[in-house]
Amino acid sequence: MDALLDLLKHNPLMPREDLAKLLGLTVDEVNDRIAQLERDGVIIGYQTVINRDRWNPDVVTAVIEVKITPERDGGFDRIASRIAKFEEVQSCYLMSGGYDLLVLIEADNLRQIASFVAEKLSTIDAVVSTATRFRLKTYKENGAFHDLDSAPERLSVSP
Amino acid sequence: MKIPIADHVSEIPKSGIRDFFEIVQSMTDVISLGIGEPDFVTPWHIREAAIYSLEKGRTGYTSNLGLPRLRRAISDAVFRATGVRYEAASEILVSVGVSEAIDTALRAILNPGDEVLYHEPCYVSYNPSVKLAYGVARAIPTRVEDEFALRADALEAAIGPRTKAVMLNFPTNPTGATLDREQAEAIADVCIRRNLVVLADEIYSDLTYDDRRHFSILSVPGMRERTVYLHGLSKAYAMTGFRIGYACGPREVIDAMMKIHQYSILCAPIVSQDAAVEALERGEPAMLRMRREYELRRNYVVSALNEMGLDCFTPRGAFYVFPKISSTGLTSQEFSMRLLREKRVAVVPGTAFGPSGEGHVRCSYATGLDQIKVAMERIAEFVSEVRAEQARSAA
Ligand SMILES: Cc1ncc(COP(=O)(O)O)c(C=O)c1O
Repeated sequence: MDALLDLLKHNPLMPREDLAKLLGLTVDEVNDRIAQLERDGVIIGYQTVINRDRWNPDVVTAVIEVKITPERDGGFDRIASRIAKFEEVQSCYLMSGGYDLLVLIEADNLRQIASFVAEKLSTIDAVVSTATRFRLKTYKENGAFHDLDSAPERLSVSP
Repeated sequence: MKIPIADHVSEIPKSGIRDFFEIVQSMTDVISLGIGEPDFVTPWHIREAAIYSLEKGRTGYTSNLGLPRLRRAISDAVFRATGVRYEAASEILVSVGVSEAIDTALRAILNPGDEVLYHEPCYVSYNPSVKLAYGVARAIPTRVEDEFALRADALEAAIGPRTKAVMLNFPTNPTGATLDREQAEAIADVCIRRNLVVLADEIYSDLTYDDRRHFSILSVPGMRERTVYLHGLSKAYAMTGFRIGYACGPREVIDAMMKIHQYSILCAPIVSQDAAVEALERGEPAMLRMRREYELRRNYVVSALNEMGLDCFTPRGAFYVFPKISSTGLTSQEFSMRLLREKRVAVVPGTAFGPSGEGHVRCSYATGLDQIKVAMERIAEFVSEVRAEQARSAA
């Protein structure tokens, strides 16, 4: 992967001066390259990874496995984007295997999720079935660990 | 009774790094750029392989030369890196780190009084290891003007009647120096013409930057028969604590080394050998990720040091920079001591790596970027304070 993209992926807040020093570029060059990546739609957003156990632990997260009948024209895409547009939906993937769409949703409480599934998702014609599974605990999210191991000791000076 | 110590051991001075370490140890809040090992922990899949090895009850000795599967993996890795193929059955010895391999190789080839050349500044163990093997160690100073590469003419000029071998370490600890193909070929030419054995310590050869891969002197035609190739897992795979290295060489050398190794060490630890198999067979992606991180930090450190007026070329390998600090009017020792006392940043005085390291300090960038940033700020402050002092006393 592109080194700039990799750095931004891990820390979009890294000062542009630091990015420049790390990459051996000028600050202007870094700004241009980021602007280009944004224009090209390679970078589509910057987000904060939140430890849900520390902040608002009552938020409910679920993954829903959805089976759908593909349409003659448009295949899965039209239905998928229709589902993805609901605000509760955080992520939506087309999957290989036993079901078609994996929908990740987040809501304030269980009832909201139940009503989303019952009233929105299941009522879509093409949706054949759904299976909802709730998150109990998070160990790792977007490559970040929730409970950081403390750094192991090293000698402070070694040859 | 006082137990008498052998003369050749008493004569070896204590390591300069050791003294420095003691002082750093006694202080708090020190940011250390003095560390000669990766800051990464061993990639998880390798640690997991070690755990699995223990779970399976792999707790015994192995063959003296090392696990056959590991030797095959080493043979393949060396072939990929150098184009030279070693027989896993007879030309590869798994050692307890490159440290043991250096010692064993020297003991295997030296008669008392034989001379060994090495380029300096260099890794701290070369000189004493030669002496402990009853050899005579002779340094060839390298110069910042050559970016600390060894010049073939300097090597040739240093050869004497009893010179038997030369130790080469590129990329170099502590300078980050590398040899390009022409330089390596010129040195190989001298070694072949003057009939020298080469101990090639290529422990940093996987850590080279700017998309330039290391060119090993072993790859030069005619070198295989006179080279003992030393490498290990410590640096590239962040496995210092596993203590796995290896030596590759013509059968008669490995046979001789094997005699020493079998009586002094027996074999490298089996769990570590299992972990090394995992590293060599499946560790490359993790190694490449670490390498890229080092490269970015190197860029940062080189640009920060040059900005504050400490001249520093851009090293193309290992994880050290070796800036020139003589413009501050301080010696390496004074610079390092005062930087530590006044700003709580540890760097290693260049003289710890031999007298030709005077005027330089070694900064390791095997430390997290957040730490490096603070360290660079503190060094910049220190340098400007020292410069102001200089200006005052000149006035
Ligand atoms: C040039 C060089 N050779 C050998 C070693 C020893 O490494 P090992 O951990 O394999 O004994 C080091 C470690 O710092 C080194 O820098």
